[in-house]
Amino acid sequence: MERQMKQVDVLVIGAGPAGLAAAIAAKEDGIDNLLVLEREHNPGGILRQCIHNGFGLHRFKEEFTGPEYAQRDIDRARELGIEIQTDTTVLSVDGDHTVTCVSSAHGVEVLSAKAIVLAMGCRERPRGALGTPGTRCAGIYSAGTAQKFVNLEGYMPGKRVVILGSGDIGLIMARRMTLQGAKVLACVELMPFSSGLNRNIVQCLNDYDIPLYLSHTVIDIKGRERLTGVTVAKVDENRQPIPGSEIEFDCDTLLLSVGLIPENELSEGAGVKLSPLTSGAEVDDVLQTNVPGIFACGNVLHVHDLVDHVSNESFRAGHAAAAYVRGALACGETIDVRDGAGVRGTVPQRIRKGVNESVDLMFRPSGVFRNATCVVTCGEREIARKKAPIFTPGEMAVIKLKPEIVASLDETVTVTIERS
Amino acid sequence: MYTDILIIGAGVTGCAIARVLSRYQASIAVIDRGNDIAEGASKANSGIVHAGFDAHPGTLKAKLNVEGAKMYPALCEELCVPYQQPGALVLGFSPEDRKTLEKLVEQGKVNDVPGGRLIEREEVLAMEPNTNPEVVCALYAPTSGLTSPYEMTFALADHAAVNGVQFCLHEEVEDVVRAQDGLWHVTTDKGEHTCNVLVNCAGVGAATIHNMMSDDLLHIIDRRGQYYLMDRMQTLPFHMTMFQCPTVMGKGVLVSPTVHGNLLLGPSAEDSDDELDTSPTAEGLRFVLEKSRLTWPKASVRGTITNFSGIRAHEQKGDFVIGAVKGQKNAYEAVGIESPGLSAAPAIAEMLGGQIAQEMGLEPKAEIVPAIKRPKPFHAMTTQERAEAVAKNPLYGNLVCRCEVVTEAEIREAIRRPVGATTIDGVKRRTRAGMGRCQGGFCSPRVAEILSEELHIPMTEVTKCGGESRLLVGNIHDAMKEGC
Repeated sequence: MERQMKQVDVLVIGAGPAGLAAAIAAKEDGIDNLLVLEREHNPGGILRQCIHNGFGLHRFKEEFTGPEYAQRDIDRARELGIEIQTDTTVLSVDGDHTVTCVSSAHGVEVLSAKAIVLAMGCRERPRGALGTPGTRCAGIYSAGTAQKFVNLEGYMPGKRVVILGSGDIGLIMARRMTLQGAKVLACVELMPFSSGLNRNIVQCLNDYDIPLYLSHTVIDIKGRERLTGVTVAKVDENRQPIPGSEIEFDCDTLLLSVGLIPENELSEGAGVKLSPLTSGAEVDDVLQTNVPGIFACGNVLHVHDLVDHVSNESFRAGHAAAAYVRGALACGETIDVRDGAGVRGTVPQRIRKGVNESVDLMFRPSGVFRNATCVVTCGEREIARKKAPIFTPGEMAVIKLKPEIVASLDETVTVTIERS
Repeated sequence: MYTDILIIGAGVTGCAIARVLSRYQASIAVIDRGNDIAEGASKANSGIVHAGFDAHPGTLKAKLNVEGAKMYPALCEELCVPYQQPGALVLGFSPEDRKTLEKLVEQGKVNDVPGGRLIEREEVLAMEPNTNPEVVCALYAPTSGLTSPYEMTFALADHAAVNGVQFCLHEEVEDVVRAQDGLWHVTTDKGEHTCNVLVNCAGVGAATIHNMMSDDLLHIIDRRGQYYLMDRMQTLPFHMTMFQCPTVMGKGVLVSPTVHGNLLLGPSAEDSDDELDTSPTAEGLRFVLEKSRLTWPKASVRGTITNFSGIRAHEQKGDFVIGAVKGQKNAYEAVGIESPGLSAAPAIAEMLGGQIAQEMGLEPKAEIVPAIKRPKPFHAMTTQERAEAVAKNPLYGNLVCRCEVVTEAEIREAIRRPVGATTIDGVKRRTRAGMGRCQGGFCSPRVAEILSEELHIPMTEVTKCGGESRLLVGNIHDAMKEGC
């Protein structure tokens, strides 16, 4: 490009809850040359279509709908004069902090940023990734796509619904479709436990008498043009269908809620190292990736259950990006954080040595543990312990390390769940 | 409707023949039961332009494969269809395999295939380090190519259409008779067509059509091939098409890059009793994965974005059946067009189209409309080209499919093409919107809106693949009034 490259101090990619929080934090720390890029027409990200309530209990001690929660941050961003350029898709991010984006209004733009915050969110795992046999007819949607049709566009994707997977969006959509007059016949979960929040099982399935089939899966999909039915079967401990256990459902819609995957294609292009466990970047305690000056937060880093956690994590990333720009971010040796027994995908993956700040370790339990204890060790030394009535993969676990503990770290940190 | 020539089947063969015949002074129509071009075997195959080692010397398959493959680079250039020539390896794992491969090398020479030699383990592993280290030797076929089978078919159809060929889609032939007037009367589920010359390129349905016209019956076996498609990666494990040596245990499966940078595993081969049943099965997919591991021990379902299957039309005697229908005047056919049918299609079209033109005494047109020069896809443009594209047409600035980097401009263009997309799947195959890792999760609502605008139909009439495959049952206020 012949023209001068636009220079910004902090560039945030994505104006969902993560990007908004990161931008607010950076701006509050005095970064004025700040730009947020958003591919949709409006800021707010996926919260725009989450019209149910239950957002903000931790952060605001109030219960909001998704759009209400998002509006808080959008208003704050406007108040601070943060520039959010919508309808703009980032095409590439380079390791040297060059960002190329495109929009109708501004054409192709190449920007150079001192610090970049990756806040692109996640996508839903599609049917194809499951290898479910059967026809490729209309009527099969990921739960979020169906949610967009119903809540943002005002259309019903179907009338008789089976839901595969018990992720939170699937549970929410079970209730949403029911309230709209559809018949939700079943929610089918491959695992012996749900991957959704318990409150959603109660409020979205139980309250509407929608049966939850644990250890079951869809083994056949029927219908040449539009879906006409699915076959569900019980699975054994190796998740293989058990012959003779088939149940036929006569339905026109199959919603999939079978997992969320952080959208890291741009990050990979920038040389950001990803964790095979979280599918997000490997980061340190201030959410900095292996590429200096590139930070990641929210669902692009690891998939959260609660937006409140996304916001808190992203404030941290925004503050760190601001410090990086000012040259005030201490970077040096780091201590590795490892998953021990019962633990998967702990974030952050490393902690800077000698910092005197608290750090939240977040992870997914690898199974269901009742009355168990989460124990964190540094070498042989126990540094934190937290008891809980239940640890389950459906709920992200958090354990806090106090500032003085963090300051004292000198060996590899391991997070473990111990059964009592 | 009367046309001089009626072609049954809008797959790659029918469209290629239509394009060749459109150079002559004749009215031509193509009819297909599918809702779009390339709805049969042409949309779901390996996309390989075979070098031509496989077919037995002296067969039509051998002759037309080699001739067709040679035509591909120029044809793809002319029609703006992706084509690459990464070469291929046919892997051998035993002394018996070596003998088979030596035979293939010789066969290639007889078939007039350029290049091709036997290479040893070290060279195989140097060329493709992710190959199973138990490999013993391989046939290296440098001229093996890749294309996008449905994009090729769309482009052939478009070029035929701008030269006057009519396409009648979603119309199924029910009966074919020669009437007193000497014309063919073709009854369909929508009405009747009459024509002077009938050309049968109906793929898995070709034997049915043939047997309506001839007492010399043909039998087609519907052979289903299942595939796994893997996501694009920063670097693919293989850059060539990796075949397995055919053995008594079967033909093996291939592991191959696609022209779009995905990795394809498959196909299985199962005889089916339903020529329209393209549902992948658990057993078929398991077979594909297990067989792929012989080539690529690390093959796993992690990273797969979809699976699909296609039905290949296997004529019992094993070779293509091409030419005049025995015992009938003014009836021609291309039947049993299975692999290497895609590779052979351009040559089949020249052969059969030429024969028809000569026997009918068709006069060439004074002027042939050249193929539309389609713009480079946005995803393949350089930053400079992208900037110019958006400056010219701001709709290039609206990214609709983020996974495959497809813009609103391209989606609208796909709908406005001579034989344009009318469905979500039609847009997907013409533009790749929805082909990527999210499989249309994000873009399908927007693609549906654009279809609704372009086709002037309500959102509730937009379909995935025609017929009853509507995406939506109504708006949230009215949809449930009739209950469920």
